[in-house]
Amino acid sequence: MSLLVTKDLMKWFGETHAVDHVNFTVKESEVLALIGSNGAGKTTLVNLISGLLRPDGGQILFRNQDVTRQSVHGRIKAGIARSFQLVNLFDQLTALDNVALTIFSRGGKTANLVTLAAGDSAVWDEGHEILRLFGLETKARMLAGGISQGERKLLDVAVAYALRPKLLFLDEPTSGVSTREKAPIMDTVTSVVRSTGISAAIIEHDMDVVFNYSDRIVAMHQGAILADGTPDEIRRNETVTTTLIGTTEAR
Amino acid sequence: MSAPALALRQTGSSARPLRVAVPVAVLLALVPLVLPPYGAILLAYGLVMAIGALGFNLLLGYTGLLSFGHSAYFGVGAYAVALMVKYLKVTSMELFLVGAVAASVLITALFGVVCVRYTRIFFGILTLALSQVLWSLAFKFFWVTGGTDGLRVPTPSLFGGLVTGAGDKTAFMSHAYYYYVLIMFCLCVALMWVIVNSPFGMALQAIRDNETRAEFVGVRIWRYRWVAFMVSGVFTGLAGALWVPLNGLTTPDIMHWTFSGEIVFMSVLGGFRSFAGPIVGAIVFNYLKTYAVGYTVYWQLLLGAVLVALVLSLPTGIVGTAGKLAARFQRRD
Repeated sequence: MSLLVTKDLMKWFGETHAVDHVNFTVKESEVLALIGSNGAGKTTLVNLISGLLRPDGGQILFRNQDVTRQSVHGRIKAGIARSFQLVNLFDQLTALDNVALTIFSRGGKTANLVTLAAGDSAVWDEGHEILRLFGLETKARMLAGGISQGERKLLDVAVAYALRPKLLFLDEPTSGVSTREKAPIMDTVTSVVRSTGISAAIIEHDMDVVFNYSDRIVAMHQGAILADGTPDEIRRNETVTTTLIGTTEAR
Repeated sequence: MSAPALALRQTGSSARPLRVAVPVAVLLALVPLVLPPYGAILLAYGLVMAIGALGFNLLLGYTGLLSFGHSAYFGVGAYAVALMVKYLKVTSMELFLVGAVAASVLITALFGVVCVRYTRIFFGILTLALSQVLWSLAFKFFWVTGGTDGLRVPTPSLFGGLVTGAGDKTAFMSHAYYYYVLIMFCLCVALMWVIVNSPFGMALQAIRDNETRAEFVGVRIWRYRWVAFMVSGVFTGLAGALWVPLNGLTTPDIMHWTFSGEIVFMSVLGGFRSFAGPIVGAIVFNYLKTYAVGYTVYWQLLLGAVLVALVLSLPTGIVGTAGKLAARFQRRD
């Protein structure tokens, strides 16, 4: 069953059709990979769905509700969360504070200015639990700006996950980290996603990551969807392999 | 250690700040008993300015917005009191405070709607421009505000009329009014401590650090900045209301942008990255300015030179530098 559907979604930047009549779906409880060369429109598509950009046309349906004109806040309430290509954290807060703030926000508690945050043990307990799930428990008291790039990538996902979304967009969760760190990061992320039954759409350039961790792959090229299928189907798709992977040899 | 206990240690339990705050409050309470009246009155000015700087720093230190217009809210508090005296014949300090808070809420709510849509230099210029509008109103509408002559404010009655200023004004200001200011100072510090350590305070720091991400964890940026702007302005307005009986007179000078610059300087001097920085900065600045004025007619030159030297030698402010030194000594031990 489809969790998210876009219908003829469009975004133009001047003469450039960054997203051109895209019909894109994410199903319940799947890990989907969104691939494509630089400028293919992957991040723009995620920006449109998450509310960072306004579409020039088309429709976004999330759980059969039209969210096309909803604010970022409305989409978060509906269950859409995202991480960013460049790690986007609150660097002067601790790792635990980063997650706890998100939990406070999810519960509508950030409007409270006359109660000490430290007194809400349920939030801090959940914060510790989320950090434990992402293997960051030992970094809880460190400033987010002071941990390693791989840990920052995981914390970035943990912060988005703390919103308890139904659909999580991850924009290049392994970019900027060493090859050795990629597999542990993806193991952790996909393990959390699969164990909680949420859907994840991952933008990724590393084809090993894409083929090893996704249930379905959507390939984009020049603002449009080039192919959509299982990893095996995409491997055998000659258009994809010649256009995106650069070889006709199946990987 | 259990998770909540750990969290309490990280986000600031109330035990450690109290260990610092209680002895400081006791020392401040002893001041009128050990210092001559002038010393106590001078410190009262410092405490009043500390309330204003504390409010200002909610925007600069915690929300990342540099206001060059806080003289306006200080002036709103002071003029609200003066106008209550002039038109309503009010003498109760408590009513003064209620009036000043109401006026500050009104003005900061209106100014905030305009200013918090912008950040960085645009925010700073807007706050400066709006404060200059209020300054020119206070300057030109002399039949209401007294123009450059200002408005006089007599000695108020305190605690619902239980303490009055009849008799020696200096003795009243250096004792009864000093303690009144000290109580208000302690209440404001406690309230601001709760605010910056509340979930709301965390959200402000998140906005300061990363506005885009804050929006994507569900923080309503505009609304939170607006509330912070109002809270900040109300604290500064309250400072203005406490300042005017001490001074006995309010003039448009306190609404001029140069006074906003002094409030900025107090926070930078003390260290805007720490909670106590603006408090220490305001008190130190008040002493520096008072003694510079008494020392030479070229006091602005002297004060400027001293302040430049202090900022260059203590880039993280007095409190920030003290914290670094303390940490260094702890590591040695």
